[in-house]
Amino acid sequence: MVDPLATLRKVCATVRTGEPADAVFGAVPAVVACPATVAEASEVLRAAAGNNMAILPRGTGTKLTWGTPPERCDVIVDTTLLDRVIEHAAGDLVVRVQAGLPMARLASQLASAGQQLALDAPGTVPAGPGQAGNCPAGTAGTVGGVIATGAAGPRRLRYGTPRDLLIGITVVLADGTVASAGGKVVKNVAGYDLGKLFAGSYGTLGLIAEAAFRLHPLPQAAAYVTVTCASAAAAAAAVRAAIESQLMPSAAEIDRPAPGAPVSVCLLLEGTADAITERVTRMRDAVGTGARAGVDPPDWWGLSGAGATALRIAFGPGELQSVLDAVDEAAAAAPQVLSPAIRGSAGAGVLEASLDTGPEPDTLASFVTMLRRRLARPPGWGDVPGASVTVVHAPAAARGAVDVWGPVTTAEVMRAIKDQFDPGHRMSPGRFAGGI
Amino acid sequence: MSEQGGAAALAPRLAEIAGHENVITDRRRLRTYECDGLTSHRCTPAIAVLPETAEQVAAIIRACTRAGVPYVARGSGTGLSGGALPSADGVLVVTAKMRRVIDVDPANRRAVVEPGVTNLAVSKAAEPFGYFYAPDPSSQVVCSVGGNVAENSGGAHCLKYGFTVHHILALQVALPSGSLVWIGDGTGAAPGYDLLGAFVGSEGTLGIVTKIVVRLTRLPETVRCLLAAFASTEAGGGAVSAIIGAGVLPAAIEMMDALAIEAAEAAVACRYPEGAGAVLIVELDGPAAEVEREYARVRALCEAAGSTEIRVADDPGERAAIWKGRRAAFAAVGRISPAYIVQDGVVPRTALPEVLRKISKLSSEEGIRVANVFHAGDGNLHPLVLFDDRRPGESERAERLSGAILDVCIENGGSITGEHGVGVDKSRYMTKMFGPADLDTMQLLRCAFDPAGLCNPGKVFPTPRLCGEVPGIGRGVHPLVASGQADQF
Repeated sequence: MVDPLATLRKVCATVRTGEPADAVFGAVPAVVACPATVAEASEVLRAAAGNNMAILPRGTGTKLTWGTPPERCDVIVDTTLLDRVIEHAAGDLVVRVQAGLPMARLASQLASAGQQLALDAPGTVPAGPGQAGNCPAGTAGTVGGVIATGAAGPRRLRYGTPRDLLIGITVVLADGTVASAGGKVVKNVAGYDLGKLFAGSYGTLGLIAEAAFRLHPLPQAAAYVTVTCASAAAAAAAVRAAIESQLMPSAAEIDRPAPGAPVSVCLLLEGTADAITERVTRMRDAVGTGARAGVDPPDWWGLSGAGATALRIAFGPGELQSVLDAVDEAAAAAPQVLSPAIRGSAGAGVLEASLDTGPEPDTLASFVTMLRRRLARPPGWGDVPGASVTVVHAPAAARGAVDVWGPVTTAEVMRAIKDQFDPGHRMSPGRFAGGI
Repeated sequence: MSEQGGAAALAPRLAEIAGHENVITDRRRLRTYECDGLTSHRCTPAIAVLPETAEQVAAIIRACTRAGVPYVARGSGTGLSGGALPSADGVLVVTAKMRRVIDVDPANRRAVVEPGVTNLAVSKAAEPFGYFYAPDPSSQVVCSVGGNVAENSGGAHCLKYGFTVHHILALQVALPSGSLVWIGDGTGAAPGYDLLGAFVGSEGTLGIVTKIVVRLTRLPETVRCLLAAFASTEAGGGAVSAIIGAGVLPAAIEMMDALAIEAAEAAVACRYPEGAGAVLIVELDGPAAEVEREYARVRALCEAAGSTEIRVADDPGERAAIWKGRRAAFAAVGRISPAYIVQDGVVPRTALPEVLRKISKLSSEEGIRVANVFHAGDGNLHPLVLFDDRRPGESERAERLSGAILDVCIENGGSITGEHGVGVDKSRYMTKMFGPADLDTMQLLRCAFDPAGLCNPGKVFPTPRLCGEVPGIGRGVHPLVASGQADQF
């Protein structure tokens, strides 16, 4: 067996042995390689290919606990040296960056020009007017990781997720091929959109090396309107009223610490300083009595739950009440009674259910299975689920007993794509849905 | 093998699948489908079929695949890049009979439609509930949502609202493999690869879409539309830069130059300000309070940029009047020129002034007129290259100028197509924008979906990739080049 360290040292300046701190789901990789250029990254992957090594891309590693453990991991390709802003064309509202750039640093640089990449994935506190995003060090991740996991936050309602803002990408495939798609202009339909294909692919198709995004101006003003609702029904009504109001909230979030607890509903309004006041007044009227307004978000805003187990529930936004009821029923029916905290983008149809302690393996499996069954009501157009439940992270034993990703209608096509892009199955094998 | 025989021999099987009244073999009737909106490229298909259900579409694909016969899908045939150009030896699958609006679900902000439904029909179905379908190509009265999915269509309001891909929540697709699958689950957040993102804009090369779940958008409370005249496109461009620089994001910013205005006037008597070197149409929408403030800002910025006349729409009728000229622009140039080529280049918005100057210079050098209509907010140009194909050499000069304009776009970091697609029209320019590794890697996707290469072949990519080959290693002559089916650039 060829010495992986020596092999990669020939093509990459910064290579070291894997250490306990590098462990992924408890397994320490043999080598960590830190390419400083895309060309070097290409050489690393080419060399790894020649030795049948399994690759795991890593930025700052904030999302490595998401998904399923890789079946093999010989080399971590650490992107933190690929951390430049390549070009910020402020006049065009476009930025091109390397994938290892921390999101917080990008936000700061863009903010100094009055612009933003409108993503506020968990870990970031949303920017106030004219202020850079402020987040606990290392929790916001890198550009590459955010794209690879499709991470988004409260403002997904208005701005979408990474794939919606991505306009160009450069990737390195498992065999070292460097390929680009898209470009640096927002309007562009030339060729296939590999950027979208790679978005949310959990490192299983290749290494994301560079990305270009469309930007937005930082809003002049922002305000939060919060109302506390006694029941799921009331919360759903408040969210519905907010969305139908034509007041264009940028986010419609809820927070419910436990089943039966009151639900906080919070709307974010962004816009011009004068107009905001009028919209705030109207929004308060729309969402019901007791609504209060302020310039600061609630302390739970945009943060992931602290629990050891987190599930992501995606659904049609009109189904909010059913979803909350389904969660409560499944929690009450579990072998050990669960008390999931619910938080997230109710208006956009994406919520996080967080469980304080790691539930017993059977308990989590039973909860997830029942929740999936309850939510998968055909909405009238065939065998489309219309909702999904995925386990984002959980302690090892519980995760091992549950179907983390759930059923995927496109598993066959996904596997065909995987076989084309990574025939050797060496890119993050086993991390993803469909057995990929 | 006689491919023509191969396709025609499918007639009985296709009749079994779709009903014999939905199978067209008569040569004269087939001529109706010989081209889409790109009339310079014509090819009569061997046979055409008009399925009525998704299962029929899948069965048609299976029949074609068994016979080794290529197939091409066609919606309303309004595409401008030849994406629906038939194969002479193939089957044309026309979705015109699949035009049901199956469901409108405002609570979940989505609707389910069949691919033959027109773009505007979706908005009309959603309107009673207070919603609309945001992507609005100029051809929206006629163009099909299925076609919009294939091309990732934009439209004037994509500056604010995005493109088709931002408004698709699920697709039922008849795959080249013969199966019918749902991609996406209607939430926009389904686990797995973003196959929706890969499929939308793939120009009909990865399968045929049979049902579409679209995202519905809440109708804006207020819409404000203004028309501003300027002495030149430079001055108009200055206003655009100022508007964007002020942090305003209008729903649309369109510009037309003097020649485009002349054409529009001749066609629809839109009565734009006389003598204007350029007109800007700016539309703002959203909450009333925001729109009023943005409108005041935009108006002031237009005046500061030297606008010679500003008109504001006070009602939907006036708004329609302002848009009339812009919407008619492409077809309108037919009034002032016997023939024309529509281009669809994109440049970074800040490069617009320089690029327009270059186009003007190239136009004088070739002695070929160019009318400019463009989405000023996002740098998407539609130069209309006007020529008289009866005069010797003029077609060639127009083509050359057209290509030169795309070169300028690429040199300035732009794209060869912002919304019309590559199709057959621009596949030869793909190598100017992408390297061999880029095109090879994109085609891995095609190999995954359509290894047999029968689904809308010959579109988008100049040289088809043989699935399973290792790129970059040349051995002798590419078999497709040897057989005369492809050229290598």
